Order: sequence, then C-alpha cells, then structure tokens
Amino acid sequence: MAIDPVSRVEGHGKVTILLDADDRVHQVRLHIVEFRGFEKFVQGRPYWELPVMVQRLCGICPVSHHLAAAKALDVVVGAPKLTPTAEKVRRLMHYGQILQSHALHFFHLASPDLLFGFDSDVGRRNIVGVAAEHPEIARRGVLLRKYGQEVIRVTAGKRVHGTGAIPGGVNKALTEVERSTLLADAYQMIAWARDAVALVKKLHLSNVALYNSFGAFRSNMLSLVAPDGGLDLYHGALRARDAAGTILFDQMSYDRYWDRITEEVKPWSYMKFPFLRELGPEAGWYKVGPLARVQNCDHIPTPFADAERREFVDFGGGQPVHATLAYHWARMIEMLFAAEEIKELLHDDDLLGDDLVVTGERHRRGVGVIEAPRGTLIHHYRLNNNDQVLRANLIVSTTHNNQALNEAIRQVAKRYLDGRKLTEGLLNHVEVAIRAFDPCLSCATHALGKMPLAVELVDAEGKTIDALTS
Amino acid sequence: MTANGAADVFLLDGEPIPFAPGQTVMQAALAAGHYIPHLCFHHDFKPHGSCKVCTVRVDGATTASCTLPAQAGMSVECKADDLEENRRTLVQMLFVEGNHFCPSCEKSGNCLLQAVAYDLGVLDADLDYFFPSRPLDASHPDLLLDFNRCILCELCVRASAEVDGKHVFALSGRGIGKHLIVNAESGRLVDTTVAVTDKAVDVCPVGVIIRKRVGFAVPIGRRRFDARPVSAQALEDAPRRAPPEAAP
Repeated sequence: MAIDPVSRVEGHGKVTILLDADDRVHQVRLHIVEFRGFEKFVQGRPYWELPVMVQRLCGICPVSHHLAAAKALDVVVGAPKLTPTAEKVRRLMHYGQILQSHALHFFHLASPDLLFGFDSDVGRRNIVGVAAEHPEIARRGVLLRKYGQEVIRVTAGKRVHGTGAIPGGVNKALTEVERSTLLADAYQMIAWARDAVALVKKLHLSNVALYNSFGAFRSNMLSLVAPDGGLDLYHGALRARDAAGTILFDQMSYDRYWDRITEEVKPWSYMKFPFLRELGPEAGWYKVGPLARVQNCDHIPTPFADAERREFVDFGGGQPVHATLAYHWARMIEMLFAAEEIKELLHDDDLLGDDLVVTGERHRRGVGVIEAPRGTLIHHYRLNNNDQVLRANLIVSTTHNNQALNEAIRQVAKRYLDGRKLTEGLLNHVEVAIRAFDPCLSCATHALGKMPLAVELVDAEGKTIDALTS
Repeated sequence: MTANGAADVFLLDGEPIPFAPGQTVMQAALAAGHYIPHLCFHHDFKPHGSCKVCTVRVDGATTASCTLPAQAGMSVECKADDLEENRRTLVQMLFVEGNHFCPSCEKSGNCLLQAVAYDLGVLDADLDYFFPSRPLDASHPDLLLDFNRCILCELCVRASAEVDGKHVFALSGRGIGKHLIVNAESGRLVDTTVAVTDKAVDVCPVGVIIRKRVGFAVPIGRRRFDARPVSAQALEDAPRRAPPEAAP
C-alpha cells in the first residue's frame, strides 16, 4: 500500500505500508525528500554567509537554522561566550520563534483535527473552520503567532529570513521603543498561552483512551538541557533518557556529538536514521522535540510552564508519556515557557546594550546545536584557511525523529487498516500522526483544506489490488 | 552660456536642464535634480558608457547619456516606455548572466544592481538563467572576490588605475566571455598589490570585492538603500555644479 503524496512534505513524500502474507501491517516506510542540497552548495562559500544562507532551509522555523549556524561560527571566530546583550538578543529571537512556530503548529495545523475529529469534513477541518466555530481560539492563535513574528522582526530585522545573528554576536540590540512595544503585549501572550495549555489538556483528558493510545510507541528521548538540568531551548548539553525515563547520558558537550550519535542509511529513504551509538541502530533510535524535552528536563525555569510540566509528568504516573498526541500538550507547555521567557528577557536592560560582538582565536571547525521547535538541530562546519566552507553536516529535527515518525505511523496503520481496503479514515489518521511531530509534513493540508492523496494498495506479492485518490 | 549670460539648456523629457560646458547629459540632469537610471556611471570617474542602462534618445537615435555631451537646444527623451523597458531588460540580463543570490548576499541592501532593479520595477528575471560556474578567489587574507556578482562596470578597474595607481583589476575576454581578472601571474588576488584601503575595494557597486569577516554587520533597516531608493540617493550625491575638467 502506498499513500502518495503526503502533501508538502518538504517537497514530496509518501507513506508505504507493507503487508505480510496474512495482510497484517509489518512495516511502514515514510519517504521524505529531506535532502535539500545545502550541505553541498555551501561548500566554498565564505563562512559569514552561513547563518543567512542556511536559514532558507525552512520557512516556518528559519531562526533555528540561523542561530544554529551562528552558534557553530561563534566557535570558529573564537567566541564561545557572547556578550550579555548578544546572548539575550539571540535568546529573545529564538523564543519568539518558538512562540510563533508552536502557535502555527497547534492552532493553524493541528487544532482542526483535535477540535472537529480526525474524520470530520475535510472542508471544515482547517483554520478557517476553526475561525467559524471557535473564533476566539482562532483569533488567539493568529495573534500569538503574530507576536512571535514581531519579536523575530525586532531582533533579526525581518519576520522571516532576517540577519540578526552574526558570528560572535548580533548586529543589533533593541531600542527602548522596541522593548516597550513588545512588553505591552507580553502579559497577554502569557495569559493566552496558559489558556492554550488548558485547551489541549482538556482535549487530551476528554478522551484519554484515544489520546494515550493513538500512534503511541516507547522510545529513548534526546534533548539539550541547561547545566542545572532545566529546560533551555537555546543552549545546553545533551541528555538522553531511555523509554522508562532512566538517564542514559547527561551533560554531554555537543562539540563531539558524533561520539554519541551516528546515522544509519537505509536503501528506501533519502533521510538518514540517527541512533545513540551505545545502544546501536535497533535499540538506539529516539524521539526529539517537545514531548522529549518537557520530560527530559528536571524543571522549567518559568513558574507557569513549570507548574504545567509537573502536572504533565504527574499525568504519566511515574512513567514517561509516550503518547504521540501528547506532543501537542508538551508543545503548548513549551509555548507558555517561551511567552514567559520573552517577558523575562524584555525586562532585562542588557537587551539595550551596545556591546554586540566578540572575537577571539580562530578555529577551523565549529558545531552549533539548538533546540528548534521540532527538536534538536545540529549544524557542523569545517573551514579552510581562506575562510571558506569545506564541509557541512546538518542533522535536522525531522531526521532525528525519522524512526519515531515511522513507528507512530506503523501503530496507526496497525490499528486502523481494515483488511485489504484503503479508506479515507486511515489516511486521515496517518496525517494526524505525522502532524503531531511536524507541520512541515502537513501544512498544505490544513492551509488549503484539502489533501490530495493518491493511494495504492499492494499485497504481499507486490500486486496492486486497490487504488484511491481523494 | 548664451549671449545674454544665461546658462545653456537642453530639454529632458520636455524639462529645461541647464548645463555648463563639458558636462554630459547625465551630469547635468543629476545636478538639476533629474534621475537617469545608471550602473557604471560614477561621479568620481570618467564616464564609461558600458552598461547602457542610462540610454536615452536624441533625434531618434539612442545613446548612453553618461557619455553624451550636453548641447544647447537638444531634446533628450529618457522616460519613454520603450526605453524604460529596455533598461529593465538590460538589468534582467545582468541578473541571469551572473549568479545573484540576493537572499544570502551580504551586499543586499547596499547593492546598486539590486537597488536599480527595484527602482525600475524588476521583480523577476523573465529570462533563462545561465548559472555560470565562477569559483571565488578567497586567497587574500582580508579581501574576497566573488566573481558571480560581477556586472563588468569596470569601476574597480578605473579606480585601481586612476586613483590607486596599481592596475590590480582588468577585464579579459570578449562578449559573453568577458570577465574580471586580477594582475598577478598566479591569477590570485593575494599575489597582487591590492590593499583593503584601496578605492577599488570601496567602489564596487555590487558584491564582488568583499571585505572579509564583516558581512551582515549592518542590520536590516540601516543598509544604504533601506531608507531611500537609489533614484533619491543619486540626486543627493550628485555634484550641484559643473565639475571643472570633468569631461574626457
């Protein structure tokens, strides 16, 4: 069986569900053309172009790539520690992005599924439908995102694809007017973010059986954490837990991430499969992103978000929550954290400073890691003596989540595939599972209110027995 | 001057433009507050007439206004639809002949080609891209040459020869094969006498001659063309009186 294409999957994508001789699902393959060519065409370019160039990888979370590249180049220019102004402006930029991206992901792309039901009318199951039936929810979603975009504009110069972070620092601080303008709405954003957590929690608790089991799978978890174990999405060291929540390693500097993480290539996918070296490819794959981060950290350094984290952890009853749909709950906790963090930063006078850039001893290699909205993001560059890029290695969040995505879809297929017949219902459920991880894989669906699916049903002998196009 | 002491004038799109002896149509027009789009023209150097963006029509014939001596009584047509369309096409051709990736170019916002394109309303190429292969010259410790962005204006060539007295830069080849070279047996910038303080470094209107390690230091909003379009800035920068001995 092939579901093709999942619209807007970084360009192209399809889901292949392999049946065994008894017509049972035994494997799922999510094919995503994650290859974007950036690692090749940055070769030879001067390093200071990288933060601006590589952010074009993504239109939803370009700030992640902008900052991960800048962090890698901080090492190159001998500035592992930035000035307080530069670090806080970058943090503000990043949390602005977390806010806008999480708002987009939940309100615009995922909430239609959750509010209307996975099998509801596709013509209504979009943000326009949400606006018609739940106008206040839709309005807040739009305004939360708009606020995050405005934070990005103030720090990076543009709402999308700015230039704020440069190797060793930033190219601008905030003016008093910019700060006070953002502060004027900061508390409203926190209030709305709290309501968003309440909404997603209510949805989850209103149908615990479904939400806990849908696409659920157990896995290791990976993320950055702060030195004190707290949640920090801008900087930290690597921590991994197993599926039971036991720490596998902690406070590992990401400078040599390859000592802990390596990638496997499979012949049927362009995307690599990262895994933890010490556990091997079969047992070492992991999930990243909100669900991993909120449970990997020991605490969240802002009060409202930490209270929500504790409630979330309590909901797990002493075990990590592995429900795929709990990604949304964790995502909204992070959005609340971002809103609180933005408010805290805006009260800090360092944002108005004029000491913007640090330089020191040059190096020819730099690794930058950041927690992007979808998960851990690694940028790794090597330079020649003439300031040109020799090699680049980018491991993006969706790649980290590759096996996890496949596993979530497999669970959904096992549960919802009925015999040898494809149904719209199955396709809808596959979409919902993908969307829990990554809006990049589904944004056209809800943005347009239509998902053109070409479906092929192939039996164990490779024979096409059914076809369906929506 | 006329017999009664008044300045000589010519007509530019019907407007009288005063001029001093030796001034070109471009110099007189800019000095009088009338913008004629241009790329290779620069106040500090002899007019060159190569980019043809400043082409105007006089008595039915088209010619570069930067090299056309102003003459009393001549009627110059600049804003005609066909001339504007030709200018847009010329700029589009420059974009497709090189590799101009504005989104990641550190000259973006400070680039004359980009500014003129915006000013002319050029928002896409409308032509097939050539995608030429032009490796960078990053050999110099403080300067970098990105040949992908060269528009062959020869401003660096003129500045190096006339101001710096070094002849570091030159154009080589002909027609579509014409390209910028440097004056060193190795062909590498590091082996020339160029210095970061050279006029040739500053004068590049696009992103070919780059000072290393300072790209993107100027934030969006404070770049040269963020505040005002090139048409306004060209008038502000224009000498308001006739430069003595300016003409070739």
